[in-house]
Amino acid sequence: MKNKYDVLIIGGGPGGAMAGKAVADAGLSCCIIEKRPAIGAPVRCAEGVGMEISELIDLNPKWISSKIEGAQIVAPDGTILELNPEMAGNEVGYVLDRKIFDRELVWNAANAGCDVVVKSRASSAIMKDGKVCGAVIEHGGKTFEVTADVVIAADGVESKFARWCGIDTTVPMAEIETCVQYLMTDIDIDPGLNAFYLGREVAPEGYVWIFSKGDRTANVGIGISGKMCKDGKRPKDYLDAFIAEHLPNGKIIEFIVGGVSACKPLECTVADGLVIVGDAARLSDPITGGGIINAMYSGKLAGEVAAECIAAGDCSKSALMKYDTEWRNSKMGKGLKRNYQVKEIFIKLKDEKMNSIVSSVKKIDMEIFDTKYLIRELLKYNPWLLKDIGALRRLLD
Amino acid sequence: MLIIKREVCGYCGACVSVCPQGALELVDAYLTVDPDTCIACGICSKICPLGALEVKNEE
Repeated sequence: MKNKYDVLIIGGGPGGAMAGKAVADAGLSCCIIEKRPAIGAPVRCAEGVGMEISELIDLNPKWISSKIEGAQIVAPDGTILELNPEMAGNEVGYVLDRKIFDRELVWNAANAGCDVVVKSRASSAIMKDGKVCGAVIEHGGKTFEVTADVVIAADGVESKFARWCGIDTTVPMAEIETCVQYLMTDIDIDPGLNAFYLGREVAPEGYVWIFSKGDRTANVGIGISGKMCKDGKRPKDYLDAFIAEHLPNGKIIEFIVGGVSACKPLECTVADGLVIVGDAARLSDPITGGGIINAMYSGKLAGEVAAECIAAGDCSKSALMKYDTEWRNSKMGKGLKRNYQVKEIFIKLKDEKMNSIVSSVKKIDMEIFDTKYLIRELLKYNPWLLKDIGALRRLLD
Repeated sequence: MLIIKREVCGYCGACVSVCPQGALELVDAYLTVDPDTCIACGICSKICPLGALEVKNEE
């Protein structure tokens, strides 16, 4: 670790790694600081991604635990809605092996010339005249000051860096999905299928997922709204009840805990000398909780914009705003905005309504697997939804 | 004051994201609370996936 870089990146997840590669590819010096002793561990993720990940990176088969060919949504009364690709045999997504995937992304950044330091933690921001100029790093019991023209905060859901720079990143209590997941083996599942279980009794204002990790093994997890969480009704309580009912003979070989934000993105994701990406910018999807692709996309964009601004000699907030504007106008930005509003509608639906929506359809052949397409299809069979919630139509136009 | 039950905590950082004061921090693999900043509002304790945080009223 040097004491000066063009770009300093806080966090070695998919967002930080993509940022590091983009900066290094532009020929600038950069360093990824990871507080954990290992990249990719512990996993705090259900590891599911859609096909569109291949727009960001050439997928290597060794990163993939399972190729997904369909999904099931299970209504509170047990009715199943099957989501199939329009063409049989088509893959619609993957369940990754993030211990390998995250490492390879960081490796890609390192190969491009980015420095990487693990078990080193940013403990405060270095500010000068209101501008972010670097970070104080704790490493091996020593304290280092590392300066940079741009700092990219990719420090995840528990992000502190942006806060140290004066930005309020607090996730509202009702908009944190509080999660527990087990990696389970010896369970009867279809390895090509991911399942989502809905219902107030199953997972209030959230869902239980079974994401296949291959034959007879899966990530089985739950997220519920922080608002619904209390003693005796925490996500672990709900998940244990679900497993006792559905997967009583499975073995738990990994115990994972986490929080996912389901709020709006930060009002502004840049400041003088600072860019915020991925979960730290609250860019996880408010409906699914998925954050990998959004972190990768925003990380890459942040790296590219930072490099441009450094080349132009202007790393002010107004110059870096290009990043904020571009992601908000992107497919991701528009999707986040829409899905936030759709989430607000769906969390208020009673179980009976959810049952009737699911039982009216049973099976959808989807051209593309995304929430917009799914909602549109559901509306075809449930025109009453529009009467109840006229706001939906506006969102889907 | 806020009590962190270290044997229960899963070190996930969900609490850090909801803390309105920025009093919590996930340092590598342990959670810390700054007692001078914490206002004992109990939000972290409510949303913790495992119930590892407890607000104790001071006598």
